[in-house]
Amino acid sequence: MTPVRPLRRRLAGPQNRNLWFWAFVGPFLAGLIVFVYVPIGWSVYLSFFESYNTVSPTKFVGFGNYADLFRDDAFTSSLRTFLLFALFIVPVTFAASLLLAVLVNRARWGKAFFRSVYFVPTACSYVVAALVWKLSIFSGVRFGVANQLLGNVGQSPIAWLSVTHPPWYWLVIVTLRLWLQVGFYMILFLAGLQRIAPALYEAAAVDGARPGWQTFRYITFPQLRGTSAAVLALLLINAFQAFDEFYNLLSSSSGYPPYARPPLVYLYYVALGQQQDLGHGSAGAVILAGIIAIFTLLQGRFVGFGEESARDRRKARRAAGAAA
Amino acid sequence: MTAIRRGRVERFGSVLRYVLLIAGAVLFLTPFYLLVRNALSSDADITSPHWKPLPSHLRWSNLRQLFDDESVPMWHSLVNSLVVAVSQTAGTIVLAALAGYGLARIPFRYANVVFGAVVATLLIPASVTFVPSFIVVSSLGWLNTLRGLIVPGVFQAFACFLFRQYFLGFPTEIEDAARIDGLGYWGTFWRIVVPNSKAILAAVGTLTFIGSWNAFLWPLIIAQDPDSWTVQLSLSTFITAQTINLHELFAAALVSILPLVVVFLFLQRFIVQGVERTGING
Repeated sequence: MTPVRPLRRRLAGPQNRNLWFWAFVGPFLAGLIVFVYVPIGWSVYLSFFESYNTVSPTKFVGFGNYADLFRDDAFTSSLRTFLLFALFIVPVTFAASLLLAVLVNRARWGKAFFRSVYFVPTACSYVVAALVWKLSIFSGVRFGVANQLLGNVGQSPIAWLSVTHPPWYWLVIVTLRLWLQVGFYMILFLAGLQRIAPALYEAAAVDGARPGWQTFRYITFPQLRGTSAAVLALLLINAFQAFDEFYNLLSSSSGYPPYARPPLVYLYYVALGQQQDLGHGSAGAVILAGIIAIFTLLQGRFVGFGEESARDRRKARRAAGAAA
Repeated sequence: MTAIRRGRVERFGSVLRYVLLIAGAVLFLTPFYLLVRNALSSDADITSPHWKPLPSHLRWSNLRQLFDDESVPMWHSLVNSLVVAVSQTAGTIVLAALAGYGLARIPFRYANVVFGAVVATLLIPASVTFVPSFIVVSSLGWLNTLRGLIVPGVFQAFACFLFRQYFLGFPTEIEDAARIDGLGYWGTFWRIVVPNSKAILAAVGTLTFIGSWNAFLWPLIIAQDPDSWTVQLSLSTFITAQTINLHELFAAALVSILPLVVVFLFLQRFIVQGVERTGING
């Protein structure tokens, strides 16, 4: 018969392990609760109320805020803006970062130099990039760099950010993000390329595969499947959160134009604009959080949160390489 | 015959590869070049219809003028950015590494539940929940304070997740030896594990610092008062309101990215190694 241990001892666990666990994990978890769980809960609560300029509302409106949002053209058009943006930026960044990774990986000299050149824009802020894009490269007046180049071939200048037919602003927005983020994804692809067992290429050469497109098509690209899925998912999730470059390129002292408003820009003006409409703002946040949670779950399905599986696969591959 | 042809094809391929690499490098460096060029030009040189690759003369005085200009809170916002980025980086690393170690190494019956609660927050990135976070921070009375800018960003579930994965792969033999020598969890962590994890600490630290220094949406919401502006907010206000000279604006942008680019060039290898080693993907 075991003696009943005092509660204090039981809570502390053998060798005070439970206490130590909470000493290590407690502060982090507490912060997560206060700054992630509480806000989300509070927001779900507010989304059912009419709440202008207040965080303790009284007028319950049920799903009214949600219904309003889906009836609001500006909200649905912000989702369309995101889709269009993703349609441009995701494939272009994917292809460009993969191309750069392959080029850098096979470079015989200057490898570290080229990698640094493509990677360093990662350190630049969207605000600074927007400044260079808006006031220098794609400045709408004649002295803008792009318009100078057009002028050299006899074209008239284009007001890049303020014409909507054709929507030249997409060129500005997409090239900016491409420049800023392509290096990071190139690094992910480079890591993926380095994990491909050289034995595979040797085997392919023995089988008569020509270096270049054939090897890329049948060895490199299939071997990068995991990396590719991760990159695609990250690109999509990041595109959904686009805010900085849109805001800094397009807003001016007279406000934000009615076009090119991605979801977060829309939400910003609803919740923190003139009216501080926190009811609709919260409902919008809940909808967007739901959408992005679905994206992320899909990503988890493709990529797997667990590192174990990836490590096992790598181990298996290494074993196969050793055997071959 | 085929060997000769293959050699020629390969040489052609290698030339083509370098042409592409160099063309790409020129394109990628152009924005930096434009930034430096305009920062050292006079306004007349920037807006001249006859664009020249270099201004008529390099005006280093632009930089001094920027810091002398009373109407531009450059010093103040640089200091704010530095305080925010340094404390956010330190806080993130300490909290996430501790939690990651606890989750990886200290046996606790409900550790999986706690880990689940941490991972679940990865489903929703912080930028999507800025409205709810704004509500909490404003009811704490933290609007327009550095606290409000720093504290909510310190609890990074992804950093915790990375550390846990890393510590799971840490050789237990070393920790066991430390345990036998009489170190507890606390001592083992600080004296054995941390000194042997410099690469991942540097990788997470660099990325956190960059993210924090460059953050825009969160400061835009929290720091409405110019006294609490970070450097990104000052720059953004100048861009949208266009209240200062172009050359000062470009000089300010240059000053804001210079320290970061220099630090980044030295520390990027830790990020590269970190990506290679932890392998965020299979």
